[in-house]
Amino acid sequence: MTTSAAVGRTGPRARVAAFLHRHARVRLSLLLSAPLAWLGLAYLGALAALFVTAFWSTDTFTGDLIRTFTWANFQDLVTGDVYRTIALRSLGVAVAVTLIDLIVAFPMAFAMAKLASPRAQRWLVILVLTPLWASYLVKAYAWRVMLSADGVLGWGYGLGATIATLSYLWLPYMILPIYAGLERLPSSLLDAAGDLGARGWRTFRTVVWPLSFPAVVAGSIFTFSLSLGDYITVKIVGGKSQLIGNVVYDNIGAANNLPFAAAVATVPVVIMLVYLAAVRRTGALENL
Amino acid sequence: MNLSRTARASLWAALALGLGVIYVPLGVVLLNSFNSDRTFGWPPQGFTLQWWSAAWRSTGLRDALWTSVQAGLGATAIALVLGTMAAFAVQRYRFFGRDTVSLLIVLPIALPGIVTGIALSNTFHSVLGIPLGLFTVIVGHATFCVVTVYNNVLARLRRMGLNVEEASADLGADTFTTFRLVTFPMMRSALLAGGLLAFALSFDEIIVTTFTAGAGVRTLPIWIFENLFRPNQAPVVNVVAAALIVVSVVPIYIAQRLSGGDPQTR
Repeated sequence: MTTSAAVGRTGPRARVAAFLHRHARVRLSLLLSAPLAWLGLAYLGALAALFVTAFWSTDTFTGDLIRTFTWANFQDLVTGDVYRTIALRSLGVAVAVTLIDLIVAFPMAFAMAKLASPRAQRWLVILVLTPLWASYLVKAYAWRVMLSADGVLGWGYGLGATIATLSYLWLPYMILPIYAGLERLPSSLLDAAGDLGARGWRTFRTVVWPLSFPAVVAGSIFTFSLSLGDYITVKIVGGKSQLIGNVVYDNIGAANNLPFAAAVATVPVVIMLVYLAAVRRTGALENL
Repeated sequence: MNLSRTARASLWAALALGLGVIYVPLGVVLLNSFNSDRTFGWPPQGFTLQWWSAAWRSTGLRDALWTSVQAGLGATAIALVLGTMAAFAVQRYRFFGRDTVSLLIVLPIALPGIVTGIALSNTFHSVLGIPLGLFTVIVGHATFCVVTVYNNVLARLRRMGLNVEEASADLGADTFTTFRLVTFPMMRSALLAGGLLAFALSFDEIIVTTFTAGAGVRTLPIWIFENLFRPNQAPVVNVVAAALIVVSVVPIYIAQRLSGGDPQTR
């Protein structure tokens, strides 16, 4: 180490290092350059290009893009009863999945973070993480097998089956942020609440819930967004039900109407942006 | 803690029940990989190793696995670099638009995959004129993998503080030497944990992949989806799923060991 530092002190490397050391703004710009080029220019640019496409149309005979401005896609989207129903249904599914996951995940995460011994905690986290590595498709297919008329559960396919399967698939994404949030919550605060006379429920309502809320929101971003864009689970267990994702997918594939697909895709984007803007102040984004 | 005996018992019961619900379908998958009935009749009539040997011999499966590994490694490598750079910028500096940068990093995972998928595929296809293939899959995956590395490194930097690096500078090490000998070793486990998560995310992704992979590129999830509804292949798909469940325990255990403990002790 001493030799390399001694050699470096006179070479060009030393000059670069010294320059960087003195100029914090240059260091910052260098650090930001690549991530911003990738996500700020390329990714946002791609989203913008898609949004522009939503105002174009396709030639019904040749299937070519017609690059002239039109509101037609958004008019179809707003006036078509089918699309309004599908949009509301998708929103309902996403909300239902998020609520189910929250109700199931919170007690589990609480038991993991506050009741289990540190040694048990490590194993419980592994137990929750493992299913994330098992293929999402195969888990959905396992539910298909279980839900089929002669399967273990035998409920049949449809919207209920979709909600159950999606809740199952995204449950770990809800447990892990809440667990991380609760683990950071000092147990002494709970003891203090008890010393001041609060019983279990009151401690939960006035101490645990407000402090773990950002973590809950972080989890809900995953469950909500993953449900909102899904079209594969619906295909596997949804029977004839359709969600926004299916409309987008069908318009790209079979109907070959990218502009309309782009217009439909703005619906989940707007919903997610509104949601993100609403929860930004809670600090949820740092809990992801 | 001031919890009644019943409250404790019901919380433990909820945890046990929840884990039960998580593992029953996985158990069904594992069991069905030995089910001698092609259509997974329940209860199984007999057991066989036939599907496991069929999966071992399947070349389509082996190619898909290799494609997935390549895509995962490529995406993880890019995510490691971009995520670390962004985490350093956001954690160590105060600048205008700092919150926007963190929002930007979260965005690809917060927006539904189908939106990211068609936005990228449209850009490759009609704006840039890049043919879809393994490269475009890696670009797509890296975009949403950055966030896992970013979060892990950010949390580590927050805990590390600046003292040790300042001490290194006081002892005469320049910026690069300090990074190589002090900062990087302290971040290594966070990078590994974030990288493993990124790889897992990429390995199981199908929606963005569907739109960014060309006709010839078949990752493991795409192979699985193509074969899921073929009566002849369904048992082999089950074997793949069962194998993934079993093998996945190893990286998760490593990640957990690394991200759990105190960085100072390593």
